[in-house]
Amino acid sequence: MKMIVAILQPHRLDTVREALASVGVHGMTASEAQGYGRQGGHKEIYRGAEYEVHFVPKVKIEVAVSDDDEDRAVEAIQTAAQTGRIGDGKIFVLDISRAVRIRTGESGEDAL
Amino acid sequence: MRISRLATWVAAIPALLITLTASGQAMAADALSSGDTAWIITATALVLFMTLPGLALFYAGLVRARNVLSVLMHCVAVACLASIAWLIIVYSLAFGDGGGLNAYIGGTGKAFLAGIGPETLAGNIPETVFFMFQMTFAIITPALIVGAFPERMRFSGVLLFTLLWLILVYAPACHWIWGGGWLADMGVMDFAGGIVVHTTAGVSALVLVMVLGPRRGFPREIRPPHNPGMTVMGACMLWVGWFGFNAGSALAADGAAGMAMVVTHISAAVASMVWAAIEWVRFGKPSVIGIVTGTIAGLAAITPASGFVGPLGAVVIGVLAGVICQWCTGLIKQTLKIDDSLDVFAVHGVGGIIGTLLAAVFAVESLGGLGLAEGVSMGDQFVVQVIGVAAVALLSAVATWIIAKIVAVTVGLRVSEEEEIDGLDISAHGERGYDLT
Repeated sequence: MKMIVAILQPHRLDTVREALASVGVHGMTASEAQGYGRQGGHKEIYRGAEYEVHFVPKVKIEVAVSDDDEDRAVEAIQTAAQTGRIGDGKIFVLDISRAVRIRTGESGEDAL
Repeated sequence: MRISRLATWVAAIPALLITLTASGQAMAADALSSGDTAWIITATALVLFMTLPGLALFYAGLVRARNVLSVLMHCVAVACLASIAWLIIVYSLAFGDGGGLNAYIGGTGKAFLAGIGPETLAGNIPETVFFMFQMTFAIITPALIVGAFPERMRFSGVLLFTLLWLILVYAPACHWIWGGGWLADMGVMDFAGGIVVHTTAGVSALVLVMVLGPRRGFPREIRPPHNPGMTVMGACMLWVGWFGFNAGSALAADGAAGMAMVVTHISAAVASMVWAAIEWVRFGKPSVIGIVTGTIAGLAAITPASGFVGPLGAVVIGVLAGVICQWCTGLIKQTLKIDDSLDVFAVHGVGGIIGTLLAAVFAVESLGGLGLAEGVSMGDQFVVQVIGVAAVALLSAVATWIIAKIVAVTVGLRVSEEEEIDGLDISAHGERGYDLT
């Protein structure tokens, strides 16, 4: 089992959700996040004054998938989230050592 | 209009009281205009709405999230404190009879509304209504200064500053111009408060923050406005309320009030578009914070001129407010590095001064205005306007500096660095504006 953690441009979230659904991945957790990468934030202008915004608004999604689904899911996210501009985000894949469905107590891939 | 009316009333009130005592309520009923009274009661509600919640929301959206409640708190507390101070002594100092000192300050005869009952008239409206209408101006003026010191001023300091400022700056300035003082005698034109409200607040804001110091990290590490939508809502409430502010200052439901409403709205619309257009050219994008800041600049600028100028004057004043006030925001914060945090001086002070000076120009009938006083030339009036602005600016600057020093050595001006980092919502009021769980 793999946990796919992806940092996205907020406006790509719907596209990514649809892309994951179309490759058979159902279920994800999304949270509002803020961060910066190589571009180091951006500038915003209010009343003529420039403000350095170090932490740019992002969405973080977490998707747990079986080992077989990993490649398809990663590709779906990468394609759907891409705009080609700086700040498109990153995808990280981690191993899951254990998973439990709280309602039934099922564990392993049955819990996904 | 307003000046001559007020001067007449101040002189007439003692006589009126004698008349009332002598012949009872019938005389009062004859003199009272129910139309004017109805409009001023309505206008009073509109002007209070400008502060609560208009200005409070306008300012609250511009600060960072951890200080949103403190700014709302400042506006509400200043409104309450100003109301109480107005009843106790400030109304009397502004509009009472100062006897031998009447050129400079009113007396204490109207403290606690002494001698004023339901039948007492001010002009052709009840004095209670006049008292309330003017109170809403005494509320919004110190509330405007809240925009200078957010995110770092101690709450007890805000309260003490406001109280002393109302007595030492607002009461005399208001008396000089609207209460029959020396500037009224000189013929200064300030229809609804370009000097009394916007010059006093703007100049005092600037002087206060020079004593108080900038926010931690200013100018490089300051966070952008946390909720521009809240700022837009507040600005739009201010716009609506401003009809009461300017058209109400005719103190009558008449043609001057109608024209004041026209020019108020036109100036606001023009200044908004000009501000946004300049941003569009300078930065590639017109912003909503920009367009509503233009609105407020246009409203502040037309305020002193609103009962004197026509639509042409309103358009020109609106254009100049949009251009000059925007330029001044950069001058004060970026060039001079003075942290007048929410641009009280650049928007209100400068706007009010522009309108006060141009009232002398566009009041002239050939430029579409309602005309200057008989025998007064544009040049003469302009000089009088300059004297009015300069005298009140000087009073505001000196008195504010003294008050700030008094507050600093008594209850203290500034919160600790730790309290500033935590944000005033938690450190001063024990509350959070947003709970994200």
